[in-house]
Amino acid sequence: MAGQAILSARGLTRDFRGFRAVDRVDLDVAPETVHALVGPNGAGKTTLFNLLTGFLPPSGGRIELAGRDVTGLPPERVARLGVARSFQITSLFPQLGAREHVELALQASSGLGWRFWRSAKLMRRYRDRADELLAMVGLADLAEAPAEALAYGRKRALELAIALALDPKVLLLDEPTAGMGLEDVDRTVDLIATVRRGRTVVMVEHNMSVVGRLADTVTVLQAGKVLVEGPYEQVRADERVITAYLGAADAAH
Amino acid sequence: MTERTELREGREGMPGQHGMTSAVDTPVEKPAPRSGLLAVARAPGWVRYALLAAGLLVALWLPNGLYPAVAVDILCWALFAVSVDLLLGFTGLMSFGHAAFWGTSAYLTGLVAIHAGLPFPAAVLAGALGAALLALPIGYLAVKRTGIYFAMVTLAFAQMVYYVANEWRSVTQGENGLQGVPRAFFGADLTDDYYFYYAILPIVLLGLFAAWRIVHSPFGRVLVGIRDNPARARALGYPVHRYKLTAFVLSGFLAGLGGGLFAVGHRFVSLDVLHWTTSGKAVIVVVLGGIGTLWGGVLGAALVVRLEDWLSFSGFEAIGLVTGGIFVLVVLLFRRGVWGTVAHLARRRAAMRRDRSG
Repeated sequence: MAGQAILSARGLTRDFRGFRAVDRVDLDVAPETVHALVGPNGAGKTTLFNLLTGFLPPSGGRIELAGRDVTGLPPERVARLGVARSFQITSLFPQLGAREHVELALQASSGLGWRFWRSAKLMRRYRDRADELLAMVGLADLAEAPAEALAYGRKRALELAIALALDPKVLLLDEPTAGMGLEDVDRTVDLIATVRRGRTVVMVEHNMSVVGRLADTVTVLQAGKVLVEGPYEQVRADERVITAYLGAADAAH
Repeated sequence: MTERTELREGREGMPGQHGMTSAVDTPVEKPAPRSGLLAVARAPGWVRYALLAAGLLVALWLPNGLYPAVAVDILCWALFAVSVDLLLGFTGLMSFGHAAFWGTSAYLTGLVAIHAGLPFPAAVLAGALGAALLALPIGYLAVKRTGIYFAMVTLAFAQMVYYVANEWRSVTQGENGLQGVPRAFFGADLTDDYYFYYAILPIVLLGLFAAWRIVHSPFGRVLVGIRDNPARARALGYPVHRYKLTAFVLSGFLAGLGGGLFAVGHRFVSLDVLHWTTSGKAVIVVVLGGIGTLWGGVLGAALVVRLEDWLSFSGFEAIGLVTGGIFVLVVLLFRRGVWGTVAHLARRRAAMRRDRSG
């Protein structure tokens, strides 16, 4: 199995001053699948995300991307290898307009960003593609709006547009529907179902109906360890998951 | 404490770095300082051209209305301030050691002008290139830190440069300073500050244009992104440290350009050019003019240099007390600085008029 995985972790561990947030996690994400990470708050899901994307160096273990060792690479290198991520708490450039975000993301893979002697008007070459992506996430009318003026659901949509602009092989989404209204959740699920074609999606998600509709594989984390892994139906029926995850999630909400 | 320092400092741009608690799982959105960049870019075209024309006219008139020597100082400090704003306003890095580049260039320019007898623009260029070269290792080590740590690292290096210059008397003449820096320019007589002002004006305008170009380039757009959200910029694949380092070196070059002209302008280089108060004054000038406005630095330079000249002329000795007091007032009452406040009011009025007519 490990040989086929596009993204895999072996014994991945991260300590924070004596607290082990991620504890010897083995993970294999099969190509062109949607792989959901679920678990109660504090299970280490976001830390795992930060490890997989280079935002945190692991205390131990190894990460491979399509067979290549990427352990300890800085986030910009991981991004350039085709891994795009969104953030749990919306992370945008407050001053920049929605389109400028997408243009900046589209530009990232070219050398244009280094041209300090050229006019920023050159970035207009990305305009059409940026508008396309904005339309895809339902932001066509808000291309000029500064990010800080967008409503919460729109910010989440913009996060997705930026990640897609990188045309990633692996898309890591940290709670893509968190805090959204039902309508926005449906639209986001449809969108992920569209963009997953030809890509691998790893997502942290609390909304089990979203997980059920999208995920091929579900990994349940608890206290930094993998509790159960398997198809959604199987995981949902697992006794350990019902007691550990659902109980804790109920208490937390 | 070591591990927290490693956590918050070890990986710059890591989510959660801004929290004092161990909120490592949550990226924290950082409130960004208001930028003039987009506001300037979005001002109507005729407003921008009118401002540019007015600015050029003032620049052409300046030595007729002020002591030419003061006007020369204003030009040099304008470059210095803009170089600091490039980092402070557009990259989010507060350098507290820019005197290192200003002063190193001043000494280099002086030495080249004295010993090589080159025309002064060539000497200034050599000085500015030297400053940029110095900015490379200092920047390499400094950009790995953010906030107050970045300021402290730059300050520490600037102090080192100061002490080297102080000790290396055979070259710098120590406390006596470099005397008699010539204003050679193909036999033209530039001893009169009035003519010298017009001789350096094109160089200064070129430097200011370069800064404007950098800010309004694809590179400048990335810098603003890095300033507002370094973690996001890294997630997009931008090597944040290398971008910051490039900005730092460019800024060092511009500061050096100003410092070199300053040396030729005064025909004398003293250790003051490397003193930490010079770095501090540059920051004050930028804050006074308006962080992240670029032209605010030019305005701030004009105000501070003019004010200091006026105070010293009227025999007032505690100049720092006045400039410091003004600095405190600006920080407390007009956080956008002079340029930023005026631009903000103009924008608000325009918006109100639009609302009324629409």
